[in-house]
Amino acid sequence: MAEIKPARRFMGTGMMRPGSSAWYYRRSWLGMAAAIVVLIFVLGALFAPWLTPYADQGRGVPDLPSRLQGPSWSHWMGTDDLGRDVLARILFGARTALLVAIGVVTLAVAVGVVIGAVAGYFGGWVDEVLMRLTDTFLAFPPLLLAVIVAAALGASLQNTIIAIAVSWWPWYARQIRAQVLSLRERPFVQALQAIGVPSRTILGRHVIPNAMSPVWVQATADLGASVLIAAGLSFVGLGPRPPTADWGVMINDGRQLVLSGQWWIAGFAGAAITLVALAFNLIGDVVRDVTDPKTRGSE
Amino acid sequence: MRYVLRRLVTSVFVILGVVTITFAVSRVVPSDPAALYAGPRARPAQVEQVRQDLKLDDPLISQYVNYLGDLSRGDLGVSFATRRSIASDLGSFLPATLELALVATALSMIVGIPLGVIAASRRGRRRDSIVRLGAVTSVSIPVFWSALLLQLLFASKLGWLPLSGRTSSSVSFAEPTGLLLVDSLLSGSLSNLWDVITHLTLPVVVMAAYPLGLTIRLIRGSMIEVLAEPYIEAARVAQIPERTILYRLALKNALAPALTILGLTFAYSISSAFLVEAVFNWPGLGKYLTDAIVRVDFPVITAATLVITVIYVLVNLGLDLLHARLDPRVSQS
Repeated sequence: MAEIKPARRFMGTGMMRPGSSAWYYRRSWLGMAAAIVVLIFVLGALFAPWLTPYADQGRGVPDLPSRLQGPSWSHWMGTDDLGRDVLARILFGARTALLVAIGVVTLAVAVGVVIGAVAGYFGGWVDEVLMRLTDTFLAFPPLLLAVIVAAALGASLQNTIIAIAVSWWPWYARQIRAQVLSLRERPFVQALQAIGVPSRTILGRHVIPNAMSPVWVQATADLGASVLIAAGLSFVGLGPRPPTADWGVMINDGRQLVLSGQWWIAGFAGAAITLVALAFNLIGDVVRDVTDPKTRGSE
Repeated sequence: MRYVLRRLVTSVFVILGVVTITFAVSRVVPSDPAALYAGPRARPAQVEQVRQDLKLDDPLISQYVNYLGDLSRGDLGVSFATRRSIASDLGSFLPATLELALVATALSMIVGIPLGVIAASRRGRRRDSIVRLGAVTSVSIPVFWSALLLQLLFASKLGWLPLSGRTSSSVSFAEPTGLLLVDSLLSGSLSNLWDVITHLTLPVVVMAAYPLGLTIRLIRGSMIEVLAEPYIEAARVAQIPERTILYRLALKNALAPALTILGLTFAYSISSAFLVEAVFNWPGLGKYLTDAIVRVDFPVITAATLVITVIYVLVNLGLDLLHARLDPRVSQS
């Protein structure tokens, strides 16, 4: 909260001050392990071209002579049906997965925050209309709304992000609205209104920044679900088009091969999705715990 | 009573809103709806034909009115791939999904509720951590991957369970309800029932994983709140056995708010149905939808989504009304 912030700076003992959320976070070994897993995947995604000798295969160039080889010293995770190194595909797939996860959450937060804050701040019929709209979007099972939007827009990386974000913004809208409703009554907001600061400025500079922290907690917790939903969409063919490396597509491609003994394509791709989703979900859980005074320090 | 009425009215508006969004997504969002409705391999003349049939050149308002009119007559359009009526297709695929979703929901509740209670009663201890880690893991594994792993292990390697489908090809019996568990019982043959159960096992286990994680979390959360209440302390002082306190006194109050998870569970079952059914070749709504997605059969995709969403809204309505009945505070607020 803004009126608390200066006091915090005055205390001036930084992020790792005992009793701060970050301090509590560092005490959770599961949270730290999850953060390390995410860090590994982020580094893998960033430096993918330098980490593998098969960078162009990672980008999609086939190498037919060496197709469907099992894991070996030259191909640690084997090769796929087009002869591409699976590890390289996983590394480049990490770029897709993280890009989609972060893209979805950012876009959904941006839309949700604007709609929720406007609804909460202005109230009345604006609130009524926007919230009924939000409820309607919430009435769809999330994956299905993403499916029809992706089908309508056509399959591509960008459209995957849009499709999932369309089904997600309502959660943030509701959350920020609740925050704004309570902030609206605070003296500092009423003081700003009294001296004639325009609503836009109050909302954008003073109300929204103060309402964001629970939204960021929620957004962190949602990164894992976003990875899973994106993988589901690409599994059914509504994700990025080939030759873009994508874990969901890899599982779909490797699906028939698994039963005939070539387990490594779908096997490693699924393990990558599970690891990243699990790590994000664990981080989300720990962050939720340490930011909630009720559960803080229960572990 | 006023609460029931208000809830009914909002549900009607939500359904109207859902229809409107589906209309917008199918007619306004695509750059050329006619091309989508005609399918990816349609010739220009066919696209033109579809444009005329669906009156896509009319103003949006009159298109919308027509769309509402068709829906109110139960006309969901035709699949361009099979030329069959989507409404009757959906009807014939629904029972298979319903059976899967119901059994999976039941399984996740039966396993999840006790685990949530255990975690809450041992809060912060080792058993709590193990259950919570299990819960997080079960919501982190993509269903289509766990489905594949279980298929590989139990069907392909060990041969204990069938690979896919709802029944063996050699087995057949009358299907008056479409729910094969019931139908096979009605057929009076235990071997039929066994065949159905073995086919159900893997898909149900896969599908129950996600709702299981949700159930554990929610029950744990609401149990922790209830366990902190004075009446529980009074019960402890009165030396009522811990089991009675947990499962009789506390759980009863922890369950009412957790009723909402039934709705969530159902939503997730139906959402994941379409991934699970694809892997297990399960002839339900989900498989119908995935097949449509693969063929880019747009009329089917939008109609199936609309129907599933309406079912979902109605289920939630039912649960809310039930919740209000169980907990009078809900309807007074």
